Amino acid sequence: MLRHVPQLINLFATLILLLSFAMISQRRIGSLINLFMMQGAALVAASWLLAYATQQPDLYWSGALTLLLKVVFIPWMLQRLIRKLNVRWDVETLINIPTTMLVGIALVIFAFGLALPVSRLSHSMAGGSLGIALACVLLAFMMMITRSKAVPQVIGFLSMENGLIFAATTATNGMPMIVEFGIALDVLVGVLILGVFMFQIREKFDSLDIHHLESLRED
Amino acid sequence: MSWLGAFSQSLALLTAVLLAPLLTGWVNACRARLQNKKPPSLLQPYRLLHKLFHKDSVMAEHASSLYRSAPYVIFACMLMACAIVPTLSTDLPLSPAADGIALVGLFALARVFMSLAAMDVGTAFGSLGARREMLVGFLAEPALLMVLFCASMITRSTSLTEIVETLAHRDLAIYPSLLLAGVAFTMVSLAENARVPVDNPDTHLELTMIHEALILEYSARHLALLEWAASLKLFVYSGIGLALFFPWGVAEANAPLALVLALPVLVFKLAIGGALMALIETLNAKMRVFRVPEFLGTAFLMAVIGLLVNVLLGVG
Amino acid sequence: MNALFFVLGIPLLGSLVLALFGHRSFARDVNVLFSLLSFLAACVLTVQVINNGPAWYWSRQFYIDPLNVFLVTLTAFVSLSTAIFSRPYMLIEQDHGKMTPPRMRLYHSMYQLFGFTMLLGFTTNNLGLLWVAMEAATLTTVLLVSVYRTAASLEAAWKYFILCGVGIAQALFGTILLYMAAERVLGPENATLLWTNLNDIKAQLDPTIVTLAFVFLLIGYGTKVGLVPLHSWLPDAHAEGPTPVSAVLSGLLLNVAMYAVLRCKVLTDGALGTAMAGHIMMGFGLLSVTVAAFFLSRQKDVKRMFAYSSIEHMGLITFAFGMGTPVANFAGLLHMTVHSLVKSAIFFTVGHATQKAGTQMMSEIRGLIKVNPTVGWGLMIGVMAILGMPPFGVFASEFLILTTAMREQPWAAPFLFLALGVAFASILVRVLPMVFGDTELKPLAHPPALIPVFAHLLLALVLGLYIPPYLNGWYVQAAKMLGS
Repeated sequence: MLRHVPQLINLFATLILLLSFAMISQRRIGSLINLFMMQGAALVAASWLLAYATQQPDLYWSGALTLLLKVVFIPWMLQRLIRKLNVRWDVETLINIPTTMLVGIALVIFAFGLALPVSRLSHSMAGGSLGIALACVLLAFMMMITRSKAVPQVIGFLSMENGLIFAATTATNGMPMIVEFGIALDVLVGVLILGVFMFQIREKFDSLDIHHLESLRED
Repeated sequence: MSWLGAFSQSLALLTAVLLAPLLTGWVNACRARLQNKKPPSLLQPYRLLHKLFHKDSVMAEHASSLYRSAPYVIFACMLMACAIVPTLSTDLPLSPAADGIALVGLFALARVFMSLAAMDVGTAFGSLGARREMLVGFLAEPALLMVLFCASMITRSTSLTEIVETLAHRDLAIYPSLLLAGVAFTMVSLAENARVPVDNPDTHLELTMIHEALILEYSARHLALLEWAASLKLFVYSGIGLALFFPWGVAEANAPLALVLALPVLVFKLAIGGALMALIETLNAKMRVFRVPEFLGTAFLMAVIGLLVNVLLGVG
Repeated sequence: MNALFFVLGIPLLGSLVLALFGHRSFARDVNVLFSLLSFLAACVLTVQVINNGPAWYWSRQFYIDPLNVFLVTLTAFVSLSTAIFSRPYMLIEQDHGKMTPPRMRLYHSMYQLFGFTMLLGFTTNNLGLLWVAMEAATLTTVLLVSVYRTAASLEAAWKYFILCGVGIAQALFGTILLYMAAERVLGPENATLLWTNLNDIKAQLDPTIVTLAFVFLLIGYGTKVGLVPLHSWLPDAHAEGPTPVSAVLSGLLLNVAMYAVLRCKVLTDGALGTAMAGHIMMGFGLLSVTVAAFFLSRQKDVKRMFAYSSIEHMGLITFAFGMGTPVANFAGLLHMTVHSLVKSAIFFTVGHATQKAGTQMMSEIRGLIKVNPTVGWGLMIGVMAILGMPPFGVFASEFLILTTAMREQPWAAPFLFLALGVAFASILVRVLPMVFGDTELKPLAHPPALIPVFAHLLLALVLGLYIPPYLNGWYVQAAKMLGS
């Protein structure tokens, strides 16, 4: 069984990458949140698997933290938010979906190329996934830029954090616990603030379209 | 060429020709049952073929020889495809003649003839169907190639028989790139075989047809050949899928006992595959035609990512 | 109970207290009180470090050395003077109806919390905690920028959050890579992320990993420094938030981000042995200086103009640290100090000017000297100072940077001169009509708090003429450490 652990972790890494792509091409916000939840679950599974394989209790805690935050609490909060905001329609993208996919592929190639020399130096058994983690981060970043509504931007931000935690887990078997707690706290507070903001944007503009937020320009 | 080889080749061909309509009937029956309808008999496609072969063919006055010969060419392509996909055994004497890339070429040949024949008679729906078919094929072919390349990169060969042999003999390993390729392949086969969510095989509305529009003008034995060719295509695609992703149970060379066992194993695998396809069809709605490029683009990109993941992870 | 405990604990306590009482009339004074106490604690800490040398606290998780101790004191001082400025300013804002009691509570408690996160960022030895502090500082300032709840401020805050969030995420990736490089040498424990430990073994860190890590760290923390092309959050955040927030953003937050970049640069230089890190920093710095100067010339809003001026000066500082010679490092540190002081002073006067005129458009603000001589003269002198007129401190640091550039990187000197010249002309052309000229505006209802302005300007003047020996010794030590 232990022999299969690197392969299983690679499998979870591929699943996370797949979900990142699915999130880019997803049009409905409810499904977007579900995909984000599944990505969190895959991340938790990878952490716990690595914890079992390397006998590091810290990774169990890290996985539990991710579970609590990214699989349970934040998706629940986001679902409540979109229900209150009545934001269930299809999402418009700034560039059409096939072009988004092509750009995504280019980003993935870029990330893999960047990470290949570094991942060879990693001691962890899952070191090859560093490129995948970086690709997830870049894909989430692209999702943030190419969406014109507020909620997908928030989900892109959270998905980026997912990619980073995954990078930390696979490249170095997790960061020290205090840092993980700090990051989790930051993410949580950030999401809460964004939630509050979305209500206020909705109040001011009667819509969550980001195009309303482009009035401040260079003169 | 050994006797056993020749025997296994012809057995594979015969099985394909005879079992393909049964596979189509099974998928239709599963779909009906999932939709809470009374399922038609599993042998219904055979009855349809029988009926069609005994009818008189009616053809347009200015139909060219292309129109007349297209069904035969298409049927022959599908037969050839069946001959080189290792469904029962990897000991196929014809297999060195064609590998995965040539297989895709065979499908392309069939598609070209189909589209040309549909446009030949000059009806509006024929051109409509031909254009849509080319759109689907233009995007599905690269995706299929990429899926094959995913498997080829792992096994270092594009010949389907070698892929099956290598993968069947490896220890149970989990290849993430094959996972991605599998998802991509499912999407491609749904598109190529005219299944929901790309095309509804039951539709009677010409404006939503792709595959049905192509064969709208045909009748009698031509129509029978085309329907049979469609069933063969489904059979071949299932065979490719099983060869790439579930290659266990296929007989090797010089193993007559395994050859005998391979048939029930194949039937079993095809039954499960067919039921899964029916499930996917029931759970999804047909998508609008201009969304099809997105769908296939996704499949293509997933296969490309599978390739990249293989390169990155070194293992695949 | 050592001084560091007070330095960190007082702002945290202040934030909690003000979260409960921040809307009362005495809240503004309580805010000043807490800032004063943290400033005193910082002074005590400084004296300790002068006498005893660099110190660790709490199992080496916190580290005070010449580089960060004067930054800690500077931060506490500017926080204090901004709190003093904020007293009458926020009172007037409340009178004008722009602030409601709940928002005052949010404003005051976030102000103190922001101070806490900055001090945490300066004093922590743990690179991971540095990241957490930077992110927390971003979050608190996001809330502060949006406190007016106008459409424009919401937009500015949202953009700020998204852009800085993305940037900071890159910095986290860089930190993870650094941790990975360090783990190979030191093993996977909490002590591996301590900067002092990394500094000891920096020659053994793998160059490939560290190169990639530094690029991500520079992009990440550089977003918060305001380096072009990652700067677009900065003008909006400065223009739409309350003026005290603009003052602390320009004066303090940019410094913390620069400090983070510097700490990483030291490690990178040690690991790589080449000057690659410096070259990248020089490139970004030069780009920032030139682009900011040209954007500056097109601004119509006074706070946006000074925001671009901040980008320009931070670009200059980045360029100086990129050059890396001891003189350039010294100049960079000096410039960080005087820029904080002078820029916040300018924002204080600008704040009162805009309150009086009721608008931030420069074309509609006139005759400050007539109506309120202290505000007018404060702005005039402040602008003179920031443009690099002698004998203010900015002149000294810019002089050092330019002469070093002419000597070490002669190709860059023309760009710097051009950019500084364009900025000089643009700002002067716009500020002179604002200060002189005729107007019918009435004085403000409450006397503006201008002691902070003149205190800052006086300090900047003093630093230009004569740097006290212990301060000089400090800068030299810090410069040497940066260059080593």
